[in-house]
Amino acid sequence: METLWFVLIAVLWLGYLFLEGFDFGVGMLLPVLGRDNAERRVMINTIGPVWDGNEVWLIVAIGATFAAFPGWYAALLSAVYLPLTLFLIALIGRGVAFDYRGKVDNPRWRRAWDFTIVAGSWIATLCVGLLISTTVLGLPIDANGDRVGSPFAAIRLDTIIGALAFAGYALVHGAVFTALKTEGEIRERARRVAVMLAPVALLPLVALLAIVAGLWAGVVALILVAAMWRLTVNREGQSFALMGLAIAASVAILFGSLYPNVLPSTLNDAWSLTVANSASSPYTLQVITWVAGFGTPAVLVYQGWTYWVFRKRIGVKHIPAG
Amino acid sequence: MEVLELARWQFGITTVYHFLMVPLTIGLSLLVAGMQTAWVRTGNERYYKMTKFWGKLLLINFAMGVVTGIVQEFQFGMAWSAYSRFVGDVFGAPLAMEGIVAFFVESTFLGLWIFGWDKLPKKVHLACAWAFSLATMASAYFILAANSWMQHPVGIEMHEGRPRLTSIWAVLTNNTTLAAFPHTIAGAFAVSAAFLVGIAAWHLHRKSEEERVWRSSLKLGTWVGVVAFSALAITGDLQGKLMFEQQPMKMAAAEALCHTEQPASFSIFAIGDVTRPDCENVKSITVPALLSFLAHNDFSSEVKGIQDLVPMYQEKYGEFYPVDERLGELSGKPIDYVPALPVTYWGFRLMIGFGGISAGLGVFMLWLTRRNRTPAGWWFPVLGLAGIATPFLANSAGWIFTEMGRQPFVVVPNPTGIDGVWMFTAQAVSNSTPGEILTSLIALTTVYSVLAVVEFYLIRKYVRGGIPGVLPQKTDDGALAFAY
Repeated sequence: METLWFVLIAVLWLGYLFLEGFDFGVGMLLPVLGRDNAERRVMINTIGPVWDGNEVWLIVAIGATFAAFPGWYAALLSAVYLPLTLFLIALIGRGVAFDYRGKVDNPRWRRAWDFTIVAGSWIATLCVGLLISTTVLGLPIDANGDRVGSPFAAIRLDTIIGALAFAGYALVHGAVFTALKTEGEIRERARRVAVMLAPVALLPLVALLAIVAGLWAGVVALILVAAMWRLTVNREGQSFALMGLAIAASVAILFGSLYPNVLPSTLNDAWSLTVANSASSPYTLQVITWVAGFGTPAVLVYQGWTYWVFRKRIGVKHIPAG
Repeated sequence: MEVLELARWQFGITTVYHFLMVPLTIGLSLLVAGMQTAWVRTGNERYYKMTKFWGKLLLINFAMGVVTGIVQEFQFGMAWSAYSRFVGDVFGAPLAMEGIVAFFVESTFLGLWIFGWDKLPKKVHLACAWAFSLATMASAYFILAANSWMQHPVGIEMHEGRPRLTSIWAVLTNNTTLAAFPHTIAGAFAVSAAFLVGIAAWHLHRKSEEERVWRSSLKLGTWVGVVAFSALAITGDLQGKLMFEQQPMKMAAAEALCHTEQPASFSIFAIGDVTRPDCENVKSITVPALLSFLAHNDFSSEVKGIQDLVPMYQEKYGEFYPVDERLGELSGKPIDYVPALPVTYWGFRLMIGFGGISAGLGVFMLWLTRRNRTPAGWWFPVLGLAGIATPFLANSAGWIFTEMGRQPFVVVPNPTGIDGVWMFTAQAVSNSTPGEILTSLIALTTVYSVLAVVEFYLIRKYVRGGIPGVLPQKTDDGALAFAY
């Protein structure tokens, strides 16, 4: 039962990284791919109807961690307190920015919110990367699960690579998504930028996987190369799917290597939090399994339907005035 | 300041702030869904315009509610990790359920509703409105179930020093939840009603375009308000009676009732310092025997005062905090079982007071606008707009009262059910450094202040813009009906 929930939480993180990954990327690339206001609006509107639903994957991943592994939830969130504060502020900023940006017709107003979107997307994705790589690579925690040492204990070379890994992934993923969902000049540009950025931007992800699981990183590297290749031959859909496969493989490798730990202690193996010692009671797990068992398929259906409703590519000519 | 105080301030500020948006979102989204239903069923353009106008204001508010809500979910783990470990087996489940059952629906269908005007068949689009508005209610239910469990723990047994869930059903049907939910929802409708009335009154006064839209909105608002306030009074009374059983100290503190009285009188107003539980300096204007009635439906019943409750609490839950370095200054110190009396006493009065003013205003507005009248005086819109603030203040005061009134506990012991389950707030915080919490406190407060200004500005702008400001412009062929 604990193992099931460990897998489920990994899947929730996968959903989050795959879905919000591209809307982060779109935000990060806003000034690069969107040369003028109309193009930026095209980009924002590719994610407009869905970004909030994407973010719920995070809420549920965290909520499920609280319910299924309170020990993990408590130790991890309190240990990386400051980066998470930054993360929350970034999410707050970019969340309201999407909604408020177009509500006043004034270039300065728009510039301010554009800045919020770009900065918020960068910061948020770096923080997510830091959070996930921290839980995989471990923290100096004591027998009680409390962090020993400075508030910045989670910021080390390997977790910085982890932060860059997810930021880099989101960057390329966002460009691929833009190429998939837009038409005209912006689509061409997105494709070019994705391929151009890929060798640098995707390197940290491969490096992180190499640190964690050695040669397995090669599998993901191959998938990523394939994704870029499909993009160069104008197969954006396939490229996007391969990007999804790459993040799925990455999450599988990261969480697979973590199991049965959930948060290793770098001080003493005996103090590591594991699926066994941080889990809720079997009854609680059973309750949330029922809820997730009925709820999650429904979520997949109606979120899938949303993507179907908004499946059309959009371009500058679709953007109404005002 | 110590970690405990900082974390409490942070929780208080972020939660009260979050709860400014939440009730408006809950009430308004259901009302907007109702307006849209009226439009779809009758085809009357007036209802379409109402849906568009109030829907726009709803969205501006919704965005803030969503983003400030994320902070709440993280905060338990970040600043209250000891609490999270202690209650995780019980408390996490309703939060996870909220996410899976309610929040996914809310966010997904909201996106569909915003962008789906021209993409979905009318009825499907309407169904999206109902989906997200009902999901906001479901959200409230799960969150209140979690909160009520802290006020009145049920459905558990103690296992290795921690509560372990034995019945999720008992948690979800906790009588505290069943009383708190209708009270909170009624409060949400009261807020939304005042919002409708105030803004519609202003537009009527200015003789804005589309008089019929404002007339209907005002009518809807006043009637919803009247119903909501009746429901608030009834459910509030129910909740109060439960609270006298479940948390006698909170209710004694609500009255700053020092000595046990039989029959007990209800204090309307106090002059002097209610801080000191000896009551020597307090002159209070009271209604005889009313408190007895409020507590037990019986004008001659006894109500326990603070001075008698303290020894009872000491006997049951201990006189001293355990010696534990994590408790900081409080380690081994006597436990103060009396909540902050000025806060509870005045919080309770402000809740009822502002609620009452707001209800009175609603009835007055109804009378003023009878048979489609619009008073000509400048005071009419001023009264309406000022009236918007009152139910917000009542809501905040009510929550501050109920959360401060359970101190020093974070999980209040259940005197009628399971024994041995409680947690002091002082034991609940993370072992963070004060610097960490201070940083997030300052950062979040700053961001929240800026956003409050932005939201107020946007709402004002769209209120002033009236109906023309929210209708989609005629667009070229192929353009989206709505885009960010």
